[in-house]
Amino acid sequence: MKITLKVWRQKNTNTEGKLVDYQLDNVSEDMSFLEMFDVLNDSLTRKGEDPVTFDHDCREGICGTCSMYINGRPHGPQTGATTCQLHMRSFNDGDTIVVEPWRARAFPVIKDLMVDRLAFDRIIQAGGYVSVNTGSAPDANEILIPRSIADEAMDAAACIGCGACVAACKNASAMLFVSAKVSQLAILPQGQAEHRERAERMVAQMDAEGFGACSFTGACSVECPKSISLDHIARMNREYLGAKLASDNVQG
Amino acid sequence: MAWVTQTLSSSLGRKVIMSLTGLFLCSFLIVHMAGNLQLFKGDGGRAFNEYTYFMTHNPLIMTVSYLLYTSILVHALMAFILTRHNQASRPVKYAYSKPEANSPWSSRNMGILGTILLLFIIIHMRTFWYEMHFGAVPMAEYDGKQYKDLYAVVKVAFGELWYVTLYVICMVAIGFHLAHGFQSGFQTIGVRHKKYTPVIEFVGKVFFAVLIPAAFAAMPIYVYLQVHHII
Repeated sequence: MKITLKVWRQKNTNTEGKLVDYQLDNVSEDMSFLEMFDVLNDSLTRKGEDPVTFDHDCREGICGTCSMYINGRPHGPQTGATTCQLHMRSFNDGDTIVVEPWRARAFPVIKDLMVDRLAFDRIIQAGGYVSVNTGSAPDANEILIPRSIADEAMDAAACIGCGACVAACKNASAMLFVSAKVSQLAILPQGQAEHRERAERMVAQMDAEGFGACSFTGACSVECPKSISLDHIARMNREYLGAKLASDNVQG
Repeated sequence: MAWVTQTLSSSLGRKVIMSLTGLFLCSFLIVHMAGNLQLFKGDGGRAFNEYTYFMTHNPLIMTVSYLLYTSILVHALMAFILTRHNQASRPVKYAYSKPEANSPWSSRNMGILGTILLLFIIIHMRTFWYEMHFGAVPMAEYDGKQYKDLYAVVKVAFGELWYVTLYVICMVAIGFHLAHGFQSGFQTIGVRHKKYTPVIEFVGKVFFAVLIPAAFAAMPIYVYLQVHHII
């Protein structure tokens, strides 16, 4: 396959970037999208040029590290898949592919296609946890949880924090991510003790990071590699509003 | 009270204000449409004029009308604040984006649709509300009682083809606005459930997006056709 790439090149956070054209003549349709970038970087390195910086780690769709806004969509044209799970057979010979980093104020570009997603970590640190006693592990079935509840919590917990929801949203909103992290704990008994503080703190941190508000376009859920449902956003809204009305936190 | 201002100025709180004012405006549309169906009565405007007299003299209706004006202003102002905030959340735009692959057009253009509707409301209120309250409206007499003949104002306004066309276009805009807005409003306040969401979506897409705008659009068309003796 012959592919023309238009790749966003940006030296660092403080410089302006631009799209640069690259021509690849021997692309196998069995390559993953990231392997195609490996080939590009190999040729750039041999020519003594600066290779394209991009995030990647597990390359099997479970770590959430790879990003890339490919031909106008996060993780490319496939749904329910990350960039590392995208293969060149999804494109045609002679195609031009535009590749950009996630665009959001809260995700500044570090270099080329790599963005800083620490904002997500700070949101988790604000309340996306359950406080437990350390010591020996509790018995597996000590707390009985109905299968349907466990499944729903697992669907929320499938979020890999890749940021495709933010990238897809016209408002660069992190609602799907935050709601998945609120939901996975809010619907389990272990998450009840801290459920009010969790919703309040995580939403406050989300706002402090500079993410946008939710317009319910549904783009996030469509582009989510784990197809996380909008149900969780409605649940987070209930959790947040309930917490605001009922928590002891008078100072807000 | 810090928690109240903090809640209402959070991204979620602002959307809740949008939702509650928007859903209140939806409920107003039902009343407004039902009342204005008097235009179809074909009695020379008597039922319509008696209805407008009631609407401008009943204390409960007058109280609710101030809530309505406030809701329109708050809904528009909050939309402006949210839009500014949302645009600032993505300072560098994508060079190439394909949002039509993942979301409906109306959901991404609520601001544009809302701006059209705000301009429509200004024109609409200038033509009828302002004339009724401050203009020189001719009087009509039914059973010895004097009524402002707003129906005469309606006939003049809807006798103009450009004005009728403007109304029909704006009703299409309100259809698209509510196709997304009605169901989205429920989502924002956390009402999403296997049993109720399909009903809410159906009511939004059929009743608020099609039937109500169609009924409103039929009014200027009907009056135009009558004024020009086509029917």
